[in-house]
Amino acid sequence: MLIKKPDDIKSSEITDRKVYASRRVFMRGAAFAAAFAGSTAATGFLYRRLLAPEIQQPTPSGKAAPGTQAAARQWGLPGEEATPYQDVTSYNNFYEFGTDKYSPARRARALVTRPWTVAVEGLVNRPQVFDVDELTRLFTPEDRVYRFRCVEGWSMVIPWLGFPLAELLKRVEPQGGAQYVAFETANDPEGRNIPQTGALPWPYVEGLRLDEAMHPLTLLASGLYGEPLPAQNGAPLRLVVPWKYGFKSIKSIVRLRLVAQMPPATWNLQAPDEYGFFSNVNPAVPHPRWSQATERRIGEFGRRPTLPFNGYADEVAGLYAGMDLKYYF
Amino acid sequence: MKDIKFYKLLVFVNSLVPLALLGWDWWRGQLGANPLDFITRMTGTLTLVFLLLTLAVTPLRKLTGLQWLVRLRRLLGLYAFFYGALHLLTYVWFDKAFALADIAQDVTRRWFILVGMLAFFTMLPLAVTSTDRMIKRLGGKRWQKLHRLTYVSALAGVLHYYLLVKSDTTKPLVFAALLAVLLGYRLYASYSKRLKAKPLSLTGQPPPR
Repeated sequence: MLIKKPDDIKSSEITDRKVYASRRVFMRGAAFAAAFAGSTAATGFLYRRLLAPEIQQPTPSGKAAPGTQAAARQWGLPGEEATPYQDVTSYNNFYEFGTDKYSPARRARALVTRPWTVAVEGLVNRPQVFDVDELTRLFTPEDRVYRFRCVEGWSMVIPWLGFPLAELLKRVEPQGGAQYVAFETANDPEGRNIPQTGALPWPYVEGLRLDEAMHPLTLLASGLYGEPLPAQNGAPLRLVVPWKYGFKSIKSIVRLRLVAQMPPATWNLQAPDEYGFFSNVNPAVPHPRWSQATERRIGEFGRRPTLPFNGYADEVAGLYAGMDLKYYF
Repeated sequence: MKDIKFYKLLVFVNSLVPLALLGWDWWRGQLGANPLDFITRMTGTLTLVFLLLTLAVTPLRKLTGLQWLVRLRRLLGLYAFFYGALHLLTYVWFDKAFALADIAQDVTRRWFILVGMLAFFTMLPLAVTSTDRMIKRLGGKRWQKLHRLTYVSALAGVLHYYLLVKSDTTKPLVFAALLAVLLGYRLYASYSKRLKAKPLSLTGQPPPR
């Protein structure tokens, strides 16, 4: 092996010092840039996957959803804008489909809403099993713009399409002994693809006192912004009781039963010291762990003061005359 | 590797990625229907993440033998304080509109807010004494003892999270489990150090080396 002696190499062949030094800098710079690009991409990916997975899917728009601006003007409560359709249908508590606000809009698409029956039974003279479309034929739905207040401290203004529950109850003729109405959500993982989590005991159940159920404000809603209810909002039929916290407005109803005793209510069973049977919106009665004095209206920046009975005191306070609302919370 | 400045810069830049993405999503209106709530929750989560990362440095250093890892610890700890301050700001600004009387009322009535305040304010002396000059002033031993407050802050942070969720305790419990591992490691490390330091065993013989 012939090793060239140092002076065999011409001095003009020696790499210029500047080039030698700058090449090293270039290599380092390239390595640094790659490291920064690679690491920040990895961090971004981790952030999205681990910490912020819920909001990553594009939220589904309703089929033929009306323009939000036009809708708000047409249906707003005086002085309060209706919450945009996009927000109403993409921010939902529907624990059967996930315990975050964004999963229901994705997963509830699996909910099979036809055929769907609603059984009305119990202490009634004329029990009946209705097809859900039969109900909207018998009782003409009307537009009702209601405030909606979640127990968590956020609220919306929603233009529901529905008929008063009282009309259905009058038709089935409650008997004298009936004091409460019990409601039940669909529970059919095989047939209807609901529920899909083990977050709470299923089926989700709720109840109202008979006079609350017969009140003109109490609505069985089949639509929203003039369109049929999206699955994540409780298709095809849900209850709306605007003066109570939102969890009382049970979704995807399959059964109503008239009963004599106070029926079970899922959140009340889950944490009886936190969620009472009545759960009337009341800024003076805090949740044990957080205050109910203010709420964040979705779409607004600051918080607004919560109103007694969610602003429906004139209409419903009479139902609770003489009741200690701190005890019957 | 001797290029500690490079690694510090890498950690510095990457620690800002979540904030940058948060800002980007905010600007694009992609934070969902309740963006303020999302920002509040995310800054809180990031505070806990950085507290856990800070506490992970020492076990990692001991397990890998890479002593220079400890030079990243201050940076990570300060980022925990940074995100904690942002989280507190979202509460004070978005929820309370800087109304100090309302805040005081909340602190006295809501356990989770009191615990959250504790978690943040135990980080404050740590941030203040994080500089080289402060380390010299306090002296290594005193500084180390003070900075054990990190454990208090992390525990309070996890408790704060647990107290505020409605019913799904999965995420707080995951953080609690991770924290238990990191604190458990320290307990084990200090216990075995004490064992080795014992001059005599129960039988009166020195322990085998």
